[in-house]
Amino acid sequence: MEWLIRILQMIVDTSIDVLPIASIIFGFQFLVIRRPIPNLKRVMFGFVYVLVGLSLFLLGLEQALFPLGRLMADQLTNPTFIYGENGVIPDVINWADYYWVYIFAFAIGFSTTIAEPSLIAVAIKANEVSGGAIGVQGLRRSVALGVAVGIALGSYRIVTGLPIHYFIITGYIIVVIQTFYAPKMIVPLAYDSGGVTTSTVTVPLVAALGLGLAETVPGRNVLIDGFGLIAFASLFPIMSVMAYAQISDYIAKRSS
Amino acid sequence: MRQAFIALFKSMLGSLRDLLPIILVIGFFQAFVLQQPIPGFMDIIIGTLFIVLGLTFFIYGLEMGLFPIGESMANAFARKGSVVWLLIFAFCLGFGTTVAEPALIAVADEASEVAAVGGMILNTPESMQSYSTGLRFTVAFSVGLAIVIGVLRILKGWSIQYMIMGGYIMVVIMTALAPKEIIGIAYDSGGVTTSTITVPLVTALGVGLASSIKGRNPMTDGFGLIAFASLTPMIFVMAYGMVV
Repeated sequence: MEWLIRILQMIVDTSIDVLPIASIIFGFQFLVIRRPIPNLKRVMFGFVYVLVGLSLFLLGLEQALFPLGRLMADQLTNPTFIYGENGVIPDVINWADYYWVYIFAFAIGFSTTIAEPSLIAVAIKANEVSGGAIGVQGLRRSVALGVAVGIALGSYRIVTGLPIHYFIITGYIIVVIQTFYAPKMIVPLAYDSGGVTTSTVTVPLVAALGLGLAETVPGRNVLIDGFGLIAFASLFPIMSVMAYAQISDYIAKRSS
Repeated sequence: MRQAFIALFKSMLGSLRDLLPIILVIGFFQAFVLQQPIPGFMDIIIGTLFIVLGLTFFIYGLEMGLFPIGESMANAFARKGSVVWLLIFAFCLGFGTTVAEPALIAVADEASEVAAVGGMILNTPESMQSYSTGLRFTVAFSVGLAIVIGVLRILKGWSIQYMIMGGYIMVVIMTALAPKEIIGIAYDSGGVTTSTITVPLVTALGVGLASSIKGRNPMTDGFGLIAFASLTPMIFVMAYGMVV
């Protein structure tokens, strides 16, 4: 019974979030386009499925994964975990002491991206449009790898306190160079994959990790250093997707 | 009927497989690194079941509802031939989906705190509230603008590389000018704006437009709308930080 109330509550909340989009779509459909929607009944059912699916998905995340993930981010960044029960926190911290944090960042970045619904959507579309040349799984894995590297590097940045724009600007330069060498058809998709990776699943867990680190590493300011992980997670997939296309292109050329 | 059940079961297995990496990562760290018992085991099992069900429904609905409507609207606009209405629609879609985005509201509230602590605005609830609302509208406006620019690009067939590079150059210039405190948040705001419902709709719109206009390739011209939507907020948030 309690679960049923929670599910209903979640569906109501999600519907409120979706209301602006739905009203724009149907408003334009009926007032500007003024043509009946093909398969209206099917589309309506589709909308209901999306709503119910997203609600259940969010409820499950809040119930099972987020509390645990946040707790783990807290525990892993805790000085007593890193320096031991009676360990002394040194004045000058050694970035290498935080190795479990980087491993966790990498692993959680990869695994949350694999489950990201909007990435699944883009991968399905890209597969369909490319006539199967771009594999759904291949694209998702290369994006996930990019996010994993990005978040691990972002955690390193928080620990060391280096300015974020050095990393981001270097990333931009690499993206620009890759753009000239990557196969033409992948470029727009690669640029897109930067934005789609960070939504429902990734953002809450990654934000918890960033804030946890910035709170516990000596000399870091939560308000300034706690941000930026999402930026890393949206930049690195651009590189990894182009690299994926470059490598598959190279292999195809060699074998032919 | 039986076939439908088998199909449903298969896609649930697929969703479970998508979720497996997270379960393994959390399980591994909990058991071997942190060496702590897992609290509320039953809740986690039920929660995982919900996630699997939810993901399955979402993907069904995606292909039944979101993709078809995005494409049929793109087709209808292309046939109607009214560029102005298409651009108004593009702006509304970008603005409307972003302004109420929960992730953006959270980030805007945090940004107002940073601004208050950093002395950029008065440290009162009212001024923080107005700062955060202003920021939200700025980001929503920039996403609306991004979709408009992206749709124009598809219509005109401009090449995406130079536009994105131009955006990067603007980000770099703004980084040099903007107050230091706002930079981290500005960079993050690019990623949080694109929600789970917006992404499939916008992708379907782009691909649909590119397929219904002669001479456009859905692969090279259809994608790229999201890329603009994650670039412009960075520029506009830094500008907001300079002006306010």
